[in-house]
Amino acid sequence: MSFPILSTMILLPVVAAFLTIFLSANAARWAALGTTLALFVLGIVLWQAYDIGGPQWQFVEQAPIFGQRFSWALGIDGIALMLIVLSVFLMPICILASWESIQKRVPEYMAAFLMMEAFMIGVFAAQDMFLFYIFFEAGLIPMYLIIGIWGGADRIKASYKFFLYTLIGSLVMLVAMLWMAREAGTSDIPTLLQYNFPVEAQTWLWFAFFASFAVKMPMWPVHTWLPDAHVQAPTAGSVILAGVLLKMGGYGFIRFSLPMFPEASAALVWVVFGMSMVAVVYTSLVALVQSDMKKLIAYSSVAHMAFVTIGLFAFNRQGIEGALIVMLAHGLVSGALFLCVGVIYDRLHTREIARYGGLANNMPYYALFFLFFTMASVGLPGLANFVGEFLALVGAYEANSWVAAVATLGIILGAAYMLWLYRRVAFGTAAGEDTASMKDITAREWLTLAPIAAATLWMGVYPESFMAPMRNDVTAILARIEPVAPHGDAKLKMGDPKKLAKAHEAAHGEAH
Amino acid sequence: MSIAASLLLTLPEIILSVSAIALMLVAAFAGDSATRFVNGAAVAALFAAFLSLGAEGVAFDGLYSADAFSDFAKPLIYLAAGVSILLSTRFFAAEDKLRAEYSVLILLATVGMGMMVSATNLLTLYVGLELQSLAAYVLASFMRKDQRSAEAGLKYFVLGALASGILLYGISLLYGFSGTTDYHGVATALADGVGMGELFGIVFVLSGLSFKIAAVPFHMWTPDVYEGAPTPVTAYFGSAPKVAAVALLVRVTIEAMGSAVTSWQQILIFTSLASIILGAVGAIGQTNIKRLLAYSSINNVGFVLVGLAAGTEAGVSATMTYMVIYVLMTLGSFACVLQMRAADGRHVEDIASLAGLSRRQPALAAAIAIFMFSLAGIPPLLGFWAKFVVFDAAVAAGLMPLAVIGIAASTIGAFYYLKIVKIMYFDEPAEAYHPVGSYVESGVIALTALAVSPLGYLAIPMLSAASAVAAKALF
Repeated sequence: MSFPILSTMILLPVVAAFLTIFLSANAARWAALGTTLALFVLGIVLWQAYDIGGPQWQFVEQAPIFGQRFSWALGIDGIALMLIVLSVFLMPICILASWESIQKRVPEYMAAFLMMEAFMIGVFAAQDMFLFYIFFEAGLIPMYLIIGIWGGADRIKASYKFFLYTLIGSLVMLVAMLWMAREAGTSDIPTLLQYNFPVEAQTWLWFAFFASFAVKMPMWPVHTWLPDAHVQAPTAGSVILAGVLLKMGGYGFIRFSLPMFPEASAALVWVVFGMSMVAVVYTSLVALVQSDMKKLIAYSSVAHMAFVTIGLFAFNRQGIEGALIVMLAHGLVSGALFLCVGVIYDRLHTREIARYGGLANNMPYYALFFLFFTMASVGLPGLANFVGEFLALVGAYEANSWVAAVATLGIILGAAYMLWLYRRVAFGTAAGEDTASMKDITAREWLTLAPIAAATLWMGVYPESFMAPMRNDVTAILARIEPVAPHGDAKLKMGDPKKLAKAHEAAHGEAH
Repeated sequence: MSIAASLLLTLPEIILSVSAIALMLVAAFAGDSATRFVNGAAVAALFAAFLSLGAEGVAFDGLYSADAFSDFAKPLIYLAAGVSILLSTRFFAAEDKLRAEYSVLILLATVGMGMMVSATNLLTLYVGLELQSLAAYVLASFMRKDQRSAEAGLKYFVLGALASGILLYGISLLYGFSGTTDYHGVATALADGVGMGELFGIVFVLSGLSFKIAAVPFHMWTPDVYEGAPTPVTAYFGSAPKVAAVALLVRVTIEAMGSAVTSWQQILIFTSLASIILGAVGAIGQTNIKRLLAYSSINNVGFVLVGLAAGTEAGVSATMTYMVIYVLMTLGSFACVLQMRAADGRHVEDIASLAGLSRRQPALAAAIAIFMFSLAGIPPLLGFWAKFVVFDAAVAAGLMPLAVIGIAASTIGAFYYLKIVKIMYFDEPAEAYHPVGSYVESGVIALTALAVSPLGYLAIPMLSAASAVAAKALF
């Protein structure tokens, strides 16, 4: 057996977290940074070693150390690979972003983040349904602590809401998993992906999984935990929440709901489309009236995630590939936007939009970065979000033209609230003396924002680098779902020229 | 079977009885100054009883059975009893005074519990149960000068006597309608249809036993007794007798009533859901940590019964797995409660005094957090595995509504466990605790916390295999 790189990537941060607790504040910072950078290197190695066009599941590890009900089974396909790369890419940035803003209980903070990273990688790498569940749920504990200990004024309510909301959704999913494992006789995900569950049961199973993933995603109307959690969490917590944790919902849809219950997915497409359409318009409108920057970006996340669900349930290649790119792009861009908020929050200690203004004068580099990510979020061509949103809309149009029309409305509204936010923060005149005297971004802040900007640009200009590993997996999913895809209303019907010509000829013949 | 062979099969009980009598004499002559020696000797006796397990067979013409099932439950009972003896020394030295009878009573109760687990006759069951209960009543009121302790003992006694009466009435009905008190005889009688009298018998027996495991609607005594009894005794109540009573319930339902599953399954489903929900809701408003843990134990019994309600071999195996993990969590939590001492050395039970513990005593706070998350059943802690197996058994038996409602209600439970974590980690520190410096308590906390940590998952193959063998013995 080759080197167990996935196990290493899960266990290394766990061990590091345990050791970090015993260090001093400064040593803990460096230890966490070192560990996350090491994991980033491992992530790059993983990406390089991933054989595009090779077997569907790579780096497979199997160790039956937990008895017969489930096993330590790891392995990734292209989709999991890209999400793991996203996670390990964002983590060192999170550590850097917390370097100065977190001053109390630093070792515990760093340990919580390292645990979080281990669980995130575990979710994407798990090849056993129950192992997936364990990692999926385990992530709640460190995030609960991160929000509750280092969060803002109203952190306790937010942490409870986050924990209980996500817990109740997942527990229903667990019952469904237990039933599936009994029915199929295995909890091995690759085997389950090929198993045909009885159509009557699929609806129940689909709803049980939906309960969990819709909350995690989050979809309207179960999104209400997200604004609270985002607003109260420390900056780095928001970055991880928006960047990676929300992606677990989308990952769940693409890993479980679609390929395992294709008939139910096809039959219940209207549920997803309905909720997503409301989400796109409603949360965009809500975002428009926010006076708190973080809340605004949180609501915009809900709107962006609706593009993911629309794309996934379009049942065609463009839609799914678009949804995957939106997931990655949103991970980068919303993470970066939260970092941008964090930068000025560290200086003025308020997220009130009205307290800022004119930052383009005294913080030109900051204004540049903020503009860049605002534009990316709006979907400017050449940046990451455009690629994904465009593909998702193309896919949605094929499935249902109304959905596509409403979703496009969301893009317009998205431009409205983001540009207006930018205008109020960066242009105009400063709201006060303290705002006008804020210093531009430091070298450390450069280090957090520049890599994300580079990645956003890369994904916008040459998305093929990110798309290539995932293409075959999308094909595999399409093979499962295309036979039952609902009939789209906007698919142009190809005519039959030969038949027409014959008819024409016949008409001519009669005339003669 | 000869008397000698029967006596050999009951060797663990004989060892414990003889040691209890001998130690009582020591206590009588040497007085309370010999407490430490008596405690040590009692633990040694429990260990000897553990070593003498293993012989299998039916003793005294079907009154007593030593099998894989009892071999699974008894070590757990001995462990819990031993730990509650070890935890008692420092507590009583600090609070009241050391009394040598304590471990003698525990040993006698353990004999009773061994009989409960091994009973294959309704009368052996009753005798075992009463032996355990009588010792427990005394233990509950062990701090004679403490009003709450006396009240707890009295309350426990009165309600316990009532429950014993109900149980005995049920036994008499079963005997009257089946003509035997032997489990297998009862099972044969029930196999050809359950008559009205037999049904009443089943209901009364289950009601009496529900009292002993503190399941809703016979749970009312639990919070008061848990709160009033001295903490080491509460730790004991929460662990050993619970294992014994659950094991007893399992054996009665499967061996004696196994041929009439449908007539008791719905009772257990109701009791289970009621316990889960009431245990969770009741705990929310509690301000005393021992009362909170009492409600938590009601809640946990509900989950245990989910496995038993399945009525299958997998269900029994799940129930026993749950008990193992539950005992570890309970002993650990109560050892943590023992560490809560105000500056003047007195023990405090107020949840508010835990505020900011993570900054005062990070290790203790981490241990409590592990127990709380584990009791809430959040992975990757071992408490999740306990819930996993019972719900797995329920789903496999087709009890979907039970599984869905039960698991959804565990979210309510998560709320108050989270509250403890919140108080320890998010709130501003309260007054510091008096340092305890007891190696025994720290050791118990460290070992149990380690066992329910993710490392405990490595023991799953062993645990599943052992509980599967135990369950097989009943079918």
